[in-house]
Amino acid sequence: MSESLATVAYIGAAILFILSLGGLSNPETSRRGNFYGIVGMTIAVLATVLGPRVTAAGVPWIIGALAVGGGIGLYAARKVQMTQMPELVALMHSLVGLAACLVGFASYVDTSIQFGGAEKAIHEVEIYIGILIGAVTFSGSIIAFGKLSGKIGGKPLLLPGRHWLNLIALLVVIWFGYLFLQAHDPAAGMMPLIVMTVIALLFGIHMVMAIGGADMPVVVSMLNSYSGWAAAATGFMLANDLLIVTGALVGSSGAILSYIMCRAMNRNFVSVIAGGFGTGAGAASAASGAAQPAGEVVAVSAAETAEMLRAAKNVIIIPGYGMAVAQAQHTVYEITKLLREKGVNVRFGIHPVAGRMPGHMNVLLAEAKVPYDIVLEMDEINDDFSDTDVSIVIGANDIVNPAAEDDPTSPIAGMPVLQVWKSKTSIVMKRSMASGYAGVDNPLFFKENNRMLFGDAKKMLDEVLGALKA
Amino acid sequence: MSLTIGVPREIFAGEKRVATVPEVVEKLVKLGFKVVVESGAGDAANFSDDAYRGAGATVVPVGGEVWSAADMIFKVRAPAASEVALLKPATTVISFVWPAQNPELMQQMADRKLTVLAMDSVPRISRAQKMDALSSMANIAGYRAVIEAAHHFGRFFTGQITAAGKVPPAKVFVIGAGVAGLAALGAAVGLGAIVRANDTRPEVADQVKSMGAEFVPVDYQEEGTGVGGYAKVMSEGFQKAQRETFAKQAKDVDIIITTALIPGKPAPKLITEEMLRSMRPGSVIVDLAAEQGGNCEWTVPGQVVVREGITVIGYTDLPSRLAKQSSTLYATNLLRLTEELCKTKDGRIDVNFDDEAIRGATVIKEGAITWPPPPPKLSAAPPQAKPAAAAPAMAPKKSSHGHGASSEPASTKSLAITFGVGALLFWLMGAYAPASFLAHFTVFVLACFIGYMVVWNVTPSLHTPLMSVTNAISSIIAVGALIQVAPPIDAATSDRPDRLILGLAVVAITLTAINMFGGFAVTRRMLAMFRK
Repeated sequence: MSESLATVAYIGAAILFILSLGGLSNPETSRRGNFYGIVGMTIAVLATVLGPRVTAAGVPWIIGALAVGGGIGLYAARKVQMTQMPELVALMHSLVGLAACLVGFASYVDTSIQFGGAEKAIHEVEIYIGILIGAVTFSGSIIAFGKLSGKIGGKPLLLPGRHWLNLIALLVVIWFGYLFLQAHDPAAGMMPLIVMTVIALLFGIHMVMAIGGADMPVVVSMLNSYSGWAAAATGFMLANDLLIVTGALVGSSGAILSYIMCRAMNRNFVSVIAGGFGTGAGAASAASGAAQPAGEVVAVSAAETAEMLRAAKNVIIIPGYGMAVAQAQHTVYEITKLLREKGVNVRFGIHPVAGRMPGHMNVLLAEAKVPYDIVLEMDEINDDFSDTDVSIVIGANDIVNPAAEDDPTSPIAGMPVLQVWKSKTSIVMKRSMASGYAGVDNPLFFKENNRMLFGDAKKMLDEVLGALKA
Repeated sequence: MSLTIGVPREIFAGEKRVATVPEVVEKLVKLGFKVVVESGAGDAANFSDDAYRGAGATVVPVGGEVWSAADMIFKVRAPAASEVALLKPATTVISFVWPAQNPELMQQMADRKLTVLAMDSVPRISRAQKMDALSSMANIAGYRAVIEAAHHFGRFFTGQITAAGKVPPAKVFVIGAGVAGLAALGAAVGLGAIVRANDTRPEVADQVKSMGAEFVPVDYQEEGTGVGGYAKVMSEGFQKAQRETFAKQAKDVDIIITTALIPGKPAPKLITEEMLRSMRPGSVIVDLAAEQGGNCEWTVPGQVVVREGITVIGYTDLPSRLAKQSSTLYATNLLRLTEELCKTKDGRIDVNFDDEAIRGATVIKEGAITWPPPPPKLSAAPPQAKPAAAAPAMAPKKSSHGHGASSEPASTKSLAITFGVGALLFWLMGAYAPASFLAHFTVFVLACFIGYMVVWNVTPSLHTPLMSVTNAISSIIAVGALIQVAPPIDAATSDRPDRLILGLAVVAITLTAINMFGGFAVTRRMLAMFRK
């Protein structure tokens, strides 16, 4: 295959990737979208392997690597639980980051590509930046994976003077970048490159460690974005437009998701990245101490919950991370099915940041076979709470906190929330009275029309289901 | 030392209720109290002595023992003079008292240095609803009123078309849509009748409609909401318009249930003799205000009267006629009040006058009459202010997900700065970067914009698949590794570290392949689950 043919194939692949993302605008067309993505990727890989830049000697290596990697990937995709999707996605981001690093290093030591003057400088800057982004993505994603899978605690780790540390790291990286550009041969340039890589790795770790559990959706989508920029930087480095286009697509997609998540929490993107809620915690708890929610908590049993559900005409279920942890989505569906057969209008209200990843709850509910047309977004369903008899909050806290609207001193003030308290009765399923990730007291629990159903979500829902069937 | 709660048998004639039930006894014991029940106290409400024993109470024989053992007495009816004499000094009594109607009893109890909490004086504030026994009893009375009416009414409530002919549905008119009125509405609607209701407080119209009944307004402008969610006395003009409305309804309906009460005043006479005569024979009136004199001119408190073919039911003991239900609800109200009194859960009580609910309920404290309480601070009625307060908070967040710059448009100044900085950067790049870089840069910038446009259209429910698919396609980085594996090399550059590069590239290909295959496969798996 000639160079031109390969280029044309790359254009085709790029178009298919755009169509692939476009297909996700709607569940109907999404499957086709994924198919476009697969076709695009196949074309891109085949065009490269058959193209002029790969000689026959490399083909066995390529096939071997693809087979091994593909096998692992397919196995992981089959085995992963839907509740573990955030972990899997984070882990995959780390692979992209690591691959970007490796390609960058390989490109640097590859003496077969010779440039001169400004082109050489630009090429080296591209390598430097590509490895930098790749390394940050890699270590950051590994930490995110650890946090999501519970291997690392969710609490933000806040080193003293961490903003200064980051600034110093940035200056050091720039200084070594200068040294790197001054180096005349790969051997001399390797030292600054490796030092920079280590700093970038540490920076990635530090960045994600400082972010609290509730901000994980932002982090996951941000790392998604980084993995795209890493691919784009690699594209510049190798002068490959397909990589640039794809990287830009992925990068902007992740950036938009981060933006949506931040807006859903009424947080500033910079403040999320700069470090978790922990910073304002001292002042926040003092403030919430002053406005301690009045009233008291009324607990109910599973049987009473079932009774309320049976009597209701309109029910809205608000799932949160607690449902994912307890793996309760199937029981939720059973209950939904039962109630719908009895003519109860059951719907789901999803907050944009429910769960640990954008759209996490939708995937879990889809896994449990909940039809997607009864799963609604916050904006679509918020006006309906006043006509709702019972809303059930399963393992969510901050996203239903009325303080966000009522209490301007609350740390989450201004964050849009699901207005469950407007329904006739709200039932909150929770393990205990502990506050959510934001560490904010929830006045909802003390509202007079609110009931608490304490216990593990799965166990309690099983009991509710049993009582409904009885 | 924990206190002992005594539950005596009700001695008032015809009273079937009891002040606690076995289910509640268990919870009282958990709060740290001892519970003593007089033998046979729950018989009339179908709670046996054994059931009380099983729940952890001590059952004592009939007689004075329960009075002498107790530090607190739970009762339904106000204690009779003979009962007050049996009480130890400093005992706490919780029951219905009606202090306005029973001044001698109040004095007698004060003389014995008792502390008395009147369930009828619990203030009507939101927080105290769980201990509002008047509401729970009114709810039962409303339900029972419909049942009594059905019992005396010679026809079906629901309309039917049968082989033996067509049955028209009964028409029920409920006056006063308080707790009792709404309960009556619900019960009558449930039986299939056509139900209408009237109330002087216009804000209850929605509640009436929510129960499936029709609201009949009086055509006269006057606000009828008084303090504490009760109705107030209306003006002469209004009353005239009201009578006209009722007279019209009386001619049309089969059953009238009246629940109109004004606190501290005799019940208003709303159904006149003239209206009663205009009703069809066989019609039934249930007067829930009978105890306060009745809303209907023919009402005889405590009795059923049949005059000129019209049945007027004036029972004053409707809750007692549903003794098991009313005892259970009343006992729960008492439990909630006890929980408020005993915040420490150690079987001791604290009559805390800073608590508005307890302050309102306490009519005698350690021998000093503390009734009437200061007026409640808040009316339960005006909820109008709230939505207005919530609205501004909501307004800035109206922007739905949709296209691009959905947040508010940037100010001209910041827009100018953005463009300025952008222009400067582009100028620098154009001045110094080589042409080949600019070609790639063009592609990069345009691709960012395409990504931006496309991704905003992705539905939020597919954000997770979006991430996994973008993740999969970011493994396009494999292309970079592929061309490093074995590029065509001329001999001139033979110092290339082939093995090292091969190793790095093969590892990179393996890693990206995991991503590529895994990412697409898991996206496929997820998308297959989305179904209608």
